[in-house]
Amino acid sequence: MIEIKNLVVQIEDNRILNGLDLKVADGEVAAIMGPNGSGKSTLSYVIAGKEDYEVLDGEVLLDGENILEMDAAERAAAGVFLAFQYPLEIPGVGTMTFLKAALNAQRKARGEEPLSTPELIKRVNAAGEVLEIKRDFLKRALNVGFSGGEKKRMEILQMALLEPRFCILDETDSGLDIDALRIVSDGVNKLRDPGRSFLVITHYQRLLNHIVPDTVHVMSAGRIVKSGGKELALELEANGYADYRQLAAE
Amino acid sequence: MPAVQDTIDRVKLIDVDQYKYGFETEIEMEKPAIGLTEDTVRYISDRKNEPAWLLEWRLDAYKRWLTMREPDWSRVDYPGIKYDEIYYYAAPKANAGPMSLDDIDPEILKTYEKLGIPLREVEALEGVQTRSNIAVDAVFDSVSVATTFKAELAKAGVLFMPISEAVHEHPELVQKYLGSVVPATDNFFATLNSAVFSDGSFVYIPPGVRCPMELSTYFRINERNTGQFERTLIIADKGSYVSYLEGCTAPRRDENQLHAAVVELVTLDDAEIKYSTVQNWFPGDAEGKGGIYNFVTKRGDCRGKNSIITWTQVETGSAITWKYPSCILRGDGSRGEFYSIAISNGKQQVDSGTKMIHLGKNTTSRVISKGIAAGRSDNTYRGLISAHRRATNARNFTNCDSLLIGDQCGAHTVPYLESNNASAVFEHEATTSKISDDQKFYCMQRGLGEEEAVALIVNGFVKDVLQQLPMEFAVEAQKLISISLEGSVG
Ligand SMILES: Nc1ncnc2c1ncn2[C@@H]1O[C@H](COP(=O)(O)OP(=O)(O)O)[C@@H](O)[C@H]1O
Ligand SMILES: [Mg+2]
Repeated sequence: MIEIKNLVVQIEDNRILNGLDLKVADGEVAAIMGPNGSGKSTLSYVIAGKEDYEVLDGEVLLDGENILEMDAAERAAAGVFLAFQYPLEIPGVGTMTFLKAALNAQRKARGEEPLSTPELIKRVNAAGEVLEIKRDFLKRALNVGFSGGEKKRMEILQMALLEPRFCILDETDSGLDIDALRIVSDGVNKLRDPGRSFLVITHYQRLLNHIVPDTVHVMSAGRIVKSGGKELALELEANGYADYRQLAAE
Repeated sequence: MPAVQDTIDRVKLIDVDQYKYGFETEIEMEKPAIGLTEDTVRYISDRKNEPAWLLEWRLDAYKRWLTMREPDWSRVDYPGIKYDEIYYYAAPKANAGPMSLDDIDPEILKTYEKLGIPLREVEALEGVQTRSNIAVDAVFDSVSVATTFKAELAKAGVLFMPISEAVHEHPELVQKYLGSVVPATDNFFATLNSAVFSDGSFVYIPPGVRCPMELSTYFRINERNTGQFERTLIIADKGSYVSYLEGCTAPRRDENQLHAAVVELVTLDDAEIKYSTVQNWFPGDAEGKGGIYNFVTKRGDCRGKNSIITWTQVETGSAITWKYPSCILRGDGSRGEFYSIAISNGKQQVDSGTKMIHLGKNTTSRVISKGIAAGRSDNTYRGLISAHRRATNARNFTNCDSLLIGDQCGAHTVPYLESNNASAVFEHEATTSKISDDQKFYCMQRGLGEEEAVALIVNGFVKDVLQQLPMEFAVEAQKLISISLEGSVG
């Protein structure tokens, strides 16, 4: 279970998160919707441990432990995964090499033995099949020359391989055509599990037709201004965010 | 940005202070009087029992050197070298002429063991996994102390021995080729080397022979206040092939030490030499105190048609590196290649690159240089590509990429192009990039520690060059890159 309490964050004197509260229970899929610039990516970066953000107040508790003291790698080993809105390219580093380094770094941090290469390949191939990623992609440098959709699929492949406790998907649907959206959503749905929770960030309802959330939260100006069930997403689709901008301003 | 600052701080802390080859060996050494005079030159020549022609050659070089000035055109900055405060020769006391392994001071053997070099053939034959089947010549301060696999090489007709030995055993070859690529008058440091060179390796591959194993030399500076001036001469006769590896280390010391080597390569028709270096001389401490001054002249002469010379270098050490392995593409259809990874950290200064001199028709060359600067270091690529009037259809491709880690270091690219033949085509690409905080965060989000993340990104950056190295060296180089950047001493 992840619990965010009164999170206040600024960057270069700009207040971006203004006392944000949010709880996601084990096995729950929570969606966050909100207009551009409302602070959704900032929230995901702060949870994942990107530096440069100044946390002025609040806590982020993963199973009761405040993770704000940990660096990004420690949070990853503790089970936090962020599927990036814009995945980075790592020239010269083969995708399989990267996956192996990442997985074994996490295992090491948890005091586990490294995974053997054949076992790793088996797991990667299994995940790749679900996500319809061609095998020769795994030999290419990570994300270099991948299309937007291919990058997003590779994010979900990493998520499947690393088996995180808490997954954040930051606009995973942006840049996906309808087929890719289905493939990625199927991939995510396969990972739904009573022991795993998700925070799905999007500003379109369409992703939530595929990954059906348990709860929907509306974010505006750095706060959660309304929470509800999946029907809230439909309401937003129909009425837009205007009302909530108003709410945030109050 | 705090993240960037943090990286800089870490890199500053770790790196150079963790130089793992910085131990010293206690051995009694034999040295001439400190400083350089005609007597020093005679002393060295006498120790080696050299023929008169060689002594003359040395003395000519010495006289010439007295008239020369230390070059100052490179982008390195250091207090003048005090040439009269250096010992120009140092030999372990017991050494008299060529030795068998059993005659070597056990202390020296221990040193090489620490360095991971299997001097004992038994060891090597039993497959000490890291460097199996590589013939090694080891140079300790000024003298060559052992050459392994001699017998096996002899069967193939390959000559691989200390140059001091070759002077006696194969004088006709040495006299014919010594100084034929890098003349004794070439430049200040090469001329100095010609006067006082102590030892080094000599290789001759007979016509049509593919050398059955990798040849390797390890250089180690041990003595205090001692310069190291080794000389390497490799000749690949018609249609032959050899791959040669060179590695270097030195103890950590507060004062700077001079290393001024000369390497000469000659390929005759259709021959090929691959020369790989992993240079890890002591770089000085984090404040820039101590470290090796590495002023080296390396040049290959593609003398025969369709011959190939490839230089591959991984430069991680030295306080100052001044080094331009070059190819003279004399034979028609010959080819020169230069692949380089130069890493600088702490207060290291690197001014390195290559020269590709196209003289023959249809000659081609390829230059791939990857410079990585961290800490407060300075890293310059300097490269000359020239085509002579006769060099019809000369082709060069140069790609030179720089990667900056932190914002207190510098990377510079200084290309020189000279073309006297209208049909020559030179292509030049250059990029400078920084490891972005975003890239680093992405790797860390997947579980990699900060240092691991930087090492992974750097290894990706240098991949094209690492692929050029023989397998075993590539693995070592990869480790070395991690060590020199992050201090995760293995
Ligand atoms: N590095 C930064 N420096 C200054 N302002 C930033 C930075 N990153 C984001 N912001 C600002 O924070 C606000 C929220 O951005 P973001 O979290 O990306 O929103 P969203 O993902 O909801 O579109 C925006 O106004 C944006 O301009
Ligand atoms: Mg965003």
